[in-house]
Amino acid sequence: MKQVAVAFVAGVVFAVGLGLSGMTNPEKILGFLVVTGRWDPSLLLVMGGAVAVHFGFAQWALRARKPLLGGAFELPSRAQIDGRLVVGSILFGVGWGAIGYCPGPAIVDLVAPSPSLLVFVAAMVSGIAAHRYGRWESVVGRAEPANGRAH
Amino acid sequence: MAGSFTWALAGGGLIGLSASSLLVLTGRVAGISGIVGGLVEPKQGAIAWRAAFLVGLLAGGAALSRLVPGAVTARASGLPPVAVALAGLLVGFGTQLGGGCTSGHGVCGLSRLSKRSFVAVLSFMSAAALTTFVTHHVVGWRP
Repeated sequence: MKQVAVAFVAGVVFAVGLGLSGMTNPEKILGFLVVTGRWDPSLLLVMGGAVAVHFGFAQWALRARKPLLGGAFELPSRAQIDGRLVVGSILFGVGWGAIGYCPGPAIVDLVAPSPSLLVFVAAMVSGIAAHRYGRWESVVGRAEPANGRAH
Repeated sequence: MAGSFTWALAGGGLIGLSASSLLVLTGRVAGISGIVGGLVEPKQGAIAWRAAFLVGLLAGGAALSRLVPGAVTARASGLPPVAVALAGLLVGFGTQLGGGCTSGHGVCGLSRLSKRSFVAVLSFMSAAALTTFVTHHVVGWRP
């Protein structure tokens, strides 16, 4: 129960961070990605600020035995750099660069949606379902077996 | 009001604080595409915290839009609807295949100094920059 409460508060803080930093506005994302003309470095500052705060805690988590509220850490266990990682990231980048929405800001903006955002989120969830329920092993190969913690 | 760069840093700091509290207290990674993916394909015992995080995202967005009007407002995209849908499919499918998005790889993975996340961030950043270049300068779309 405590875990669920923490997750809720973390979601609230995450959304406020995205909103205050302007990341819920796709024009700011595209202003960062279009490197010609008037470049907007905001996205870099947001990621830099987030990593600056998170870095120490993440490093602690890699060494700690268990989370403070008990249970176990659920960290990605794959260490292999494979085709799935690169191809998946490129596909994501193409969609993200076309519209300026990645998953977090798209969900936060649902509180004041536009028709195109609704189309985008519906398609995004379909894309997630297509991957989760589709049989893609023959196309993209099987995931490498997970061994050890990723560093 | 402070400049937008100050807000970008401060907002980023809040995102880092959110990811840190989730990780340190509960052991979970604040990767949005993974959280949504875990709800699209629900597994027992892994639903409640993900749902709570998503409800938190919406509650935070709603609260902020009350306090700072205009801070959270979806814009109409200049792209034709079919292109919007294609972008959504690519973002959904790509983040699942690549195992993360801007938050999971970009914030959490880089903070763990994960090699996979460095490769992912380089891949999606360059693909995104190339795509915006093409849509803006070649096709002439202004999303």
